Amino acid sequence: MSVLSTQPLVLGGRTFASRLFVGTGKFSSPQLMKETLAACRPALATVALKRADLSGAHDPFADILDFLEPDKYLVLPNTAGALNADEAVRLARLGAASGLPKWVKLEIHPDPNYLLPDPIETLRAAEILVREGFIVLPYINADPVLALRLQDVGCAAVMPLGAPIGSNRGLETRAQIAIIIEQARVPVVVDAGIGRPSHAAEAMEMGADAVLVNTAIAVSPDPVRTAKAFALAVEAGRAAYETGLPSSSTGHASATSPLTAFLNS
Amino acid sequence: MPAFSEVLPTLPLARWIERAQTAREDEALTVLRSGRARSMEDFAALLSPTAAPHLEVLAALSQKLTRHFFGNTIRFFAPIYLSNECVNVCKYCGFSRHNAIPRITLPAAKVEDETRLLAGRGFRSLLIVAGEHPKYVSNGYVEECVRRCLPLTPQVALELGPLETAEYAPLVAAGAEGLVVYQETYHEPTYRELHTAGPKKHYAWRLDTPERGHAAGFRRLGIGALFGLHDWRFEAVALAAHARHLLKHCWRSYLTIALPRLRPAAGGFQVSPENILGDRELVQLMCAMRLLLPTTGIVLSTREPAPLRDGLCTLGVTHMSAGSSTEPGGYSHFDESQWTPTRAQPGEQFHIADERPPQIVAAMLRARGLDPVWKDHDLALAGPSHISHALTTTSTSGENSVVLNQALSTKR
Repeated sequence: MSVLSTQPLVLGGRTFASRLFVGTGKFSSPQLMKETLAACRPALATVALKRADLSGAHDPFADILDFLEPDKYLVLPNTAGALNADEAVRLARLGAASGLPKWVKLEIHPDPNYLLPDPIETLRAAEILVREGFIVLPYINADPVLALRLQDVGCAAVMPLGAPIGSNRGLETRAQIAIIIEQARVPVVVDAGIGRPSHAAEAMEMGADAVLVNTAIAVSPDPVRTAKAFALAVEAGRAAYETGLPSSSTGHASATSPLTAFLNS
Repeated sequence: MPAFSEVLPTLPLARWIERAQTAREDEALTVLRSGRARSMEDFAALLSPTAAPHLEVLAALSQKLTRHFFGNTIRFFAPIYLSNECVNVCKYCGFSRHNAIPRITLPAAKVEDETRLLAGRGFRSLLIVAGEHPKYVSNGYVEECVRRCLPLTPQVALELGPLETAEYAPLVAAGAEGLVVYQETYHEPTYRELHTAGPKKHYAWRLDTPERGHAAGFRRLGIGALFGLHDWRFEAVALAAHARHLLKHCWRSYLTIALPRLRPAAGGFQVSPENILGDRELVQLMCAMRLLLPTTGIVLSTREPAPLRDGLCTLGVTHMSAGSSTEPGGYSHFDESQWTPTRAQPGEQFHIADERPPQIVAAMLRARGLDPVWKDHDLALAGPSHISHALTTTSTSGENSVVLNQALSTKR
């Protein structure tokens, strides 16, 4: 669905044509999730390991993996449900042992209401999983120092939140995300809080490398159409970032006659 | 940190209840216009008779908040009754000590058989229920049942007689994930009148159970009141206050609330007309709870009849049971094709109202645009003693998963 040709995203040694990541929770049916993913062609789809059957037995009551299409996008296991580093590490290992890619979106949220990530446990789990050869993408609060610490232990990207999961409130952490984008050497994926295509475009215009959207798509009355709208917004924002945006007025005057022309004479 | 039994007497409960009875219509409308109940005062206004004519607006707000926070999903679970032995005398309960019902405590192997039946029907989340009897329902017995059930259903919660924190710890270590304890009635004089003998007669001991559960490490806490024992607005306000207390003090545990209404049971307890929570009022209460507690789970059991459940499931409910038996061993006497009891269940706690098989309830949800989620937890999260040794190494090979899972299953 690419309209504007933009630079591909390189992350964890892989090249992705799209810069849209999509979460697979909250859909009204797995069929609709599958159609939505096929329509918006994301770089990857992230799936909660706790909802999947990892035994390879294709449990019909835990069959979310059967509705994902790894030939079309990367299936990125996530550790949602883990309350601490040990649980996240166990889940990640189980996912890899079951044949899923040895990638993990590290999510550790002991607070069950806002699902805000635990920075201490996240860093601890990241260290272990990187050492074991996982490509680790940690979900974090928009904390620039934590982002650098995670980068330094070998995470392939950092995923700061724009606002709490499912809140649809947009880039409430914009100023902090800007610092992370400025400082990080690894890709920055804005995750959580993105409720509108304009939020996604805003993140991409800022220089985020990708965005992850779930609730706004899954809970939409028409997830397929909404997902396409997000894909277009991501592409538009990225193209604008690559092209360079005019700076907004900061009150600087622009004189009609050059003020320093005398230097040329 | 004061426990809720110490906090409750200090709360302006009387003021909130008065507001729940007498709020003006414009006060209720102001809350509805804001879309959320941001205080106990707001919540009380939504319970008031003057809010009742605006039920449709309240329901729409509740539905929107629920879909927003929980998506288009409903989590499924099944209760499994281990024992109807009970030392308590509770005037409304079928298991009450002096009721002449056949008493049984299932051997752990039988519990496993029943769980296998439930797993075969799709359930991956179990609520273990038992009467309170120190001899028959001992800690070690429950622990063994948890261990046997977990390989079949990775999510196991407990609804037992209250225990000490130290007694809960081994159950958490065994892999039990949730603790459910309903206060029955928050009205202490009524509580004393209804619970005349046995450890359950201690109001404060029961009230502080969720906090002991949190201290022991349960990741989910379920609370509720049994509507029909006392004035419903009183129960609603106290339950909401309890929920808010737990959200502050037990931040690591996920909270669910239930609003069960009393069902006919052995003992023949009759609900006083003034304590009846009607259908419309139940909807009003559930939706008001959602506006106060947008991220809290709301559990709906088979106590409610099918048509009501079909309506409620789209409004605020997040967790549902289906095809339940409240008799120990009851699932072994079900017609597999219809999922209906093949014989009378005289040892049941109460008789359920929605008797449909789980698959029919799941189909009903799908028809309403809701995805029934059977599995929302994994053995990897179910307690360190189960998994850690089997997972000290990892591999990217899918073939190894078979070996791994064999290792996991033989370990248990």
